[in-house]
Order: sequence, then structure tokens, then C-alpha cells
Amino acid sequence: MSGRLTAENFHLWYGENHALKGISLTVPEREVFALIGPSGCGKSTFLRSLNRMTDLVEGVKRKGRILLDGQDIYLPGIDVTRLRKRVGMVFQKPSPFPMSIYDNVAYGPRIHGVKARSQLDGLVEASLRAAALWGEVSDRLKKPALGLSGGQQQRLCIARALAVQPEVLLMDEPTSALDPLSTGKIEELILSLRSRYTVVIVTHNLGQAVKVSDQAAFFLDGTLVEWGPAPELFGMPKDRRTEDYITGRRSLDG
Amino acid sequence: MVKNILRSRGNLSRAERSRKFWDSFMYWCFSLCGLSAIAAVCGIAAYMVLAGTPAINEIGLFHFLLGSRWEPTAPQPAFGVLPMILTSVAGTALSVLASVLVGTLTAVFLEELAPNRLRQAAQATAALMAGLPSVVYGLVGATLLVPLVGKAENALFRGSSSHIFTGGANLLSASILLTVMILPTAIQVGGISLRAVPRELREASLALGADRTETAFKVLIPAARPGIVTGAVLGTGRAMGEAMAVMMVSGNAVNFPLPFHSVRFLTTGIVTEMGYSSGLHRKALFSIGLALFVWILATDLILEALVQREGGGQSA
Ligand SMILES: Nc1ncnc2c1ncn2[C@@H]1O[C@H](COP(=O)(O)OP(=O)(O)OP(=O)(O)O)[C@@H](O)[C@H]1O
Ligand SMILES: [Mg+2]
Repeated sequence: MSGRLTAENFHLWYGENHALKGISLTVPEREVFALIGPSGCGKSTFLRSLNRMTDLVEGVKRKGRILLDGQDIYLPGIDVTRLRKRVGMVFQKPSPFPMSIYDNVAYGPRIHGVKARSQLDGLVEASLRAAALWGEVSDRLKKPALGLSGGQQQRLCIARALAVQPEVLLMDEPTSALDPLSTGKIEELILSLRSRYTVVIVTHNLGQAVKVSDQAAFFLDGTLVEWGPAPELFGMPKDRRTEDYITGRRSLDG
Repeated sequence: MVKNILRSRGNLSRAERSRKFWDSFMYWCFSLCGLSAIAAVCGIAAYMVLAGTPAINEIGLFHFLLGSRWEPTAPQPAFGVLPMILTSVAGTALSVLASVLVGTLTAVFLEELAPNRLRQAAQATAALMAGLPSVVYGLVGATLLVPLVGKAENALFRGSSSHIFTGGANLLSASILLTVMILPTAIQVGGISLRAVPRELREASLALGADRTETAFKVLIPAARPGIVTGAVLGTGRAMGEAMAVMMVSGNAVNFPLPFHSVRFLTTGIVTEMGYSSGLHRKALFSIGLALFVWILATDLILEALVQREGGGQSA
């Protein structure tokens, strides 16, 4: 168990809309993998396919395989709850639950059966430390999470995701709703997570992708144009379309 | 060219003037509507106070509110409304609690677990039921519910010499009927408040590995609580103001509220005797109206304050 993800010729349709057209790539364990591409190209759809959040949409069809440590996550017998425990997710908009900071972080562990107070205390502290939030909230764990600033809320959501001890962390534009200072903190945080987790991050901020990612993939109109080590993809893209996107010739956006 | 620009400028300012006119016109329209609503409420309040106080002065506030005998036509008339007040409180509280509980759970089931078809059918039914006139509920209650409750009563109190049999027309029937009457609104309001919970919260919970039931009970219901309380306010209003249906199933005798007692609510107290009352009796009925008015107002204010506090907690 290490958190290595592989997509093999993966297709996804929303009704008639062919949103992913045969994606094949490998996310190596304990690296940060960035998904970039213009709006509507299928980044979020691919990300949400990795923890089966796309199951929630009605009328979704798929083809192909996604493997987590070699095991197909769409096999009939798979326990989606366990899969999502292993593959955590952080969303674009900070979404703390309307409860205390402590209860937010303890939510996942409690769901998965952790009851002992001391164990919960330990998990909450470790997760908040890993999310670089402990120092700011350690004296008000019982206060409502909605009283935190936007940046703090997002780090709380990261802590909440880490508290179930996942192997993979999926992040969908985690800083797009935040100010530059909070964004910087979360970027540092992502870099620090790399030693223990596999991170897949969607971002529209190319600077951010360059800063945090080891590998990157460029999506366009539901297809994977190219992927590989980030320095190569950003430094000397093989495909003309990637180059156009990176150099800001956004003619592809329309 | 220059001419064109000038002309278009002239048009612009004319359009702007007309916009300004409409803006202030609508402003006055809205103000007028708002003011007349406030005036109507104040007028009714003033009338209730004027019409309701004389009898209370004559009877004495203490005897009126805390007296337990209501015998307006006896040689020595008594005007105590305590049994009716307690009946209204008990009947309303029971039915609001029951319907909010059942309604919220139903809404959770429909919104989160039920297949689309079933949800749509149930929502259409709830909308229909919420609009049914209360006489219809009264008729169904009197012909179906009352005999059923009567059977239960007979079984429960078989051989008892002290129990006064109600034939099923009692507080229990009235509370059940009120519950059923409020339930559609509770389901609708519950559904609306659940749907208003941001999608992110639901997804965040599911993404942590919670199943749909855990998500509903641990995240969605707490997040929807302000809306659910609002539903309780609406239900309380309907339950307290209801007279017609309640009169048909409650037995309409002035008694303290126990499940198998025939009881009279404040509202039915007024309706029952308005036709033939006169003198102090009639004035006392207006006092009942005043009591009802004050009480509904107080309940509303308290529940609103609760909602405000909940809302504050949410956005803080
Ligand atoms: N829940 C959904 N139901 C139906 N169609 C959807 C749904 N989500 C996405 N789509 C469609 O799938 C395609 C890919 O959308 P997706 O959200 O994955 O793009 P994206 O790359 O994340 O875009 P953005 O950068 O704007 O977030 C789009 O055509 C979109 O309209
Ligand atoms: Mg997206």
C-alpha cells in the first residue's frame, strides 16, 4: 500500500457528453502530480474519478480502468467507503462542517470507528500540525470552525482529510478561493506533504504547478495531450498545444 | 457625426430620467405595501386589546387565566380558560414536535436516499396535502381516526368506572390530526432546507468515507437546522390557529388535556359559542381571542429569536 495510481484508457461520459476520452497515465507514489488545462477540459472529472466521486452524478458511464496499487477501484466488490478513506479529497471552496474545529477533524476518524478519546486527540493534533494550523487553533479547538478565516478553513479541510490517514490526497483548485498569503502557506504545505502522501492537484495557476509539482499532465477537451516530469513539461513541452497553453496563447480556451 | 453624438446624449438622459422616475415610483409602491401591512397588524392588535380587555377587567386576570371552570351560562357563571390554554399548548406542542420529527426524517429519506421517481411523487403529494382545506381533514378525522382511537380507548379502559369515555373524540385524536395536517409543510420545508445545504458539505462528508445516512444525520441535518426551526414556526402557527378540523375530533368539552379526555382548544372555544353568546360571555370570547393573539405573538417571537441565534451561529 503506497498510493500509486494508474489510469488505463479511461473514458467517462456525462449522459451524451464524452468528458474523458481514453486517459492513460501513472501517478507515482509520494509525488505531487499537477493536472492543468483550460476550463472544461475534464480535470475535475478525472480527479473525481480517482475516488469515485463521479458515482454521485446521475447518468455517468465509464470505460477503462483506474488502479490503486494495482487494484481496479471500479471492480464490483470494491468498498467505496474504504476507497475514499485511502484516497482523500480537498475541494475548491473551503467547506468546514458547522461544528467545532476539533469535531471537524475528528469527523472522519469517528466515521471509521475510532472512539477512544486519547486516540482522537492524538489524530486531531497530528493532522492539524501536518496542515500547519495547530499553532493558530490549539487554544480554540472547541470553537466553531466557521469562525476561521478562509485560508485557515482550507487548511482545516486539509487536516480533516489527513485525519483518516489516507495514502492519496486529491486537491481540486485548493487555493483559487484564497488570498496570496494563504495560497503561499498552502503551497508550502503541499510541498511538505509530499514525503508522506501522493498528491494530485488541479490548478489553473501555472506558477503554482511549477512550484509544487514533480509530475504534470496537460488536458485538452477530454484528452490527455501529454504528461511527464514537471520541469520537462513546463520547460520543453513536446506538443505544440501544450506549449501554446503554457506560453499563454490562450486561443485554446474558447 | 457630432449631431449623432448629441442626439444620443439627449436620448440617454431622457432614458435616465425615466429610469429615475420608475425607481422612485417603485420605491414608494414598496414602501406603501410595507406600511399598510404594518398598519394592518397594528390595527388588529389594537382592536384585540380594546375588545378583549373589558371582560378580563370584569372577571379579573387571575380568575380568567388560571380559573379551571368555564361555565359561562351557569347561574353563577365562571370564566376560567386555563383548561383551554393548556389544551392548546399541549395539542400544539405534541403535534409540532411529532410532525417536525417525522417530517425531517421523511425529507432526509426523500432527498438523500429515495429514487427520483418516488421523491417526485411524494413531493407532489405533500404539496397537494398542504393545500387541502382543513374541513377535509376534519371529515376524514371524524370518520376514520375517531372510531379507531375510540377502539383503542375501549380496550385500554375496559371495566374502568372512573373514566369518562369519549368515543375517540379526544386530545389524542386532535393531536394526531394536527400532526397529519402540519406534516406536509414540515416535509416540504425540511426538503427545501436540506437542498439549501451547500453541495460541498455533502461531498466533503462522502469524500471522507461517510455513507449517505451518516452524512445526512451528522452533517446535513445540523446544517439545515435553521430551516427546520423555521418549519416548526410555520407549523406552530397552523396548529394554534386551527379550529375547524380540531373541533370535529376533539370532543369539544372543557377539560384538562390528557390523551383520552375530550378537550376544547382556545380557537374552538371561540367558534363554538360565538353564535349564541351575549353580554359578558360574548366579551369573554374576545378575551380568549386576545389570549390566543398574545400567545401566538410570544411563540413567534421566541422561535424567531431561536432562528436568529441559529443563523448567527451559522455565519459567524
Ligand atoms: N456533474 C456534471 N454533470 C454533467 N456534466 C458535467 C458535470 N461535471 C462536469 N461536466 C462536464 O464535463 C466536462 C468537463 O468538466 P470538468 O468540470 O471536469 O472540467 P474542468 O477541467 O475541471 O474545468 P474547470 O477548470 O472549469 O474546473 C465539461 O463539459 C462539463 O460541462
Ligand atoms: Mg474543475
